[in-house]
Amino acid sequence: MAENVRPRVRVPKTAAAGEVITIKSLISHKMESGQRKDGDGNVIPRSIINRFVCAFNGETVIDVTLEAAVSTNPFFEFEAVVPEAGDFSFTWYDDDGSVYEETKSVAIA
Amino acid sequence: MKLQNAIAAAAILSFAGTMGFAQTDNELTVEGQLISTEAAAPAHMENVGTVYSGWRFRSEETQAMQTDDFDNSGFVFVDDGLALMASVDGSEGKSCASCHEDAEEFAGLKAQMPRVNDSGELETLEDLVNTCRTERMGAEPWKYNGSQMAAVTAVIGLQSRGMPVDVAIDGAAESFWERGKDLYYARVGQLDLSCANCHEDNYGTMIRADHLSQGQINGFPTYRLKNAKLNTVHSRFSGCMKNVRAEPYAIGSDEFKALELYLASRGTGLSVETPSIRN
Repeated sequence: MAENVRPRVRVPKTAAAGEVITIKSLISHKMESGQRKDGDGNVIPRSIINRFVCAFNGETVIDVTLEAAVSTNPFFEFEAVVPEAGDFSFTWYDDDGSVYEETKSVAIA
Repeated sequence: MKLQNAIAAAAILSFAGTMGFAQTDNELTVEGQLISTEAAAPAHMENVGTVYSGWRFRSEETQAMQTDDFDNSGFVFVDDGLALMASVDGSEGKSCASCHEDAEEFAGLKAQMPRVNDSGELETLEDLVNTCRTERMGAEPWKYNGSQMAAVTAVIGLQSRGMPVDVAIDGAAESFWERGKDLYYARVGQLDLSCANCHEDNYGTMIRADHLSQGQINGFPTYRLKNAKLNTVHSRFSGCMKNVRAEPYAIGSDEFKALELYLASRGTGLSVETPSIRN
């Protein structure tokens, strides 16, 4: 597991049924590209978040493939329609097999 | 008549050129809290009427990042700092949180730093952190401008966000302040420039592709887009000195501490913005 990986998301606590809300997500991650070499000339192995998925009540909202060129601390901002009360789940997949998860509930106002 | 119009147009152009502020709205609110980005210059500043936060000189996109704590990348490091403060280190088995349960108790501290301590030395926030680490935690001191120090001083500084900078420059602090002032106006390096040549005589104008600010330090440690991390004020001084092809003073040196005090006093009345976003 890479060091200091901390997922965070911002989702409004309430929304009107059918409302389009803005979701922001950020995960602190070094996103080592695998292209760099250390002081001795050895390649520093790639270590990135390679996939990010957001789902609402089990239905996929977005599913993103990240590549090595994505910079450190990947930030995603996107919109989603909230048809009913429920949970947004956020999942980040690390190259080393770690999976980071976060869940936020939205109530209908 | 035509000539007069031309002169008027030239006057407007030069006015715009001098001001050069990127934003149209001068008010900065962070998470609903109003931040003062300008203030009447303190009496000791002879050549400047109004002091402006560096936020005023940045582009709209950069400015916007600072208005929301989720968009503010500095908070990635604030979270690191909070984790560091909660982790035990050293022979005494203590963490920062063992004594300082809630970081909120540091409210107001950043606005007064650096200050002269009881033994007559000028001390900075970094000194306070390392004194705690070595004397009370039995831990190794952190590198003065390292990532851990930047993260923890950002947490401490954040507690004072919105409070006006108000450092003591009289009494015991006066000699340090005078030394800082001398350094500020001393020309150094192959380019033979003093701090004042850029940040007092030419703020608001372009330096290559960037706006020169007044060199205020109310937002430090600051997240810089150029290196995607928190930067301490002494690292910034060092970078500035290298830019004018001078040999920088050591990080954490008496010279930089004196300069830090003098610069803080030049920002009297501006709000603490830690952690700010700059390019």
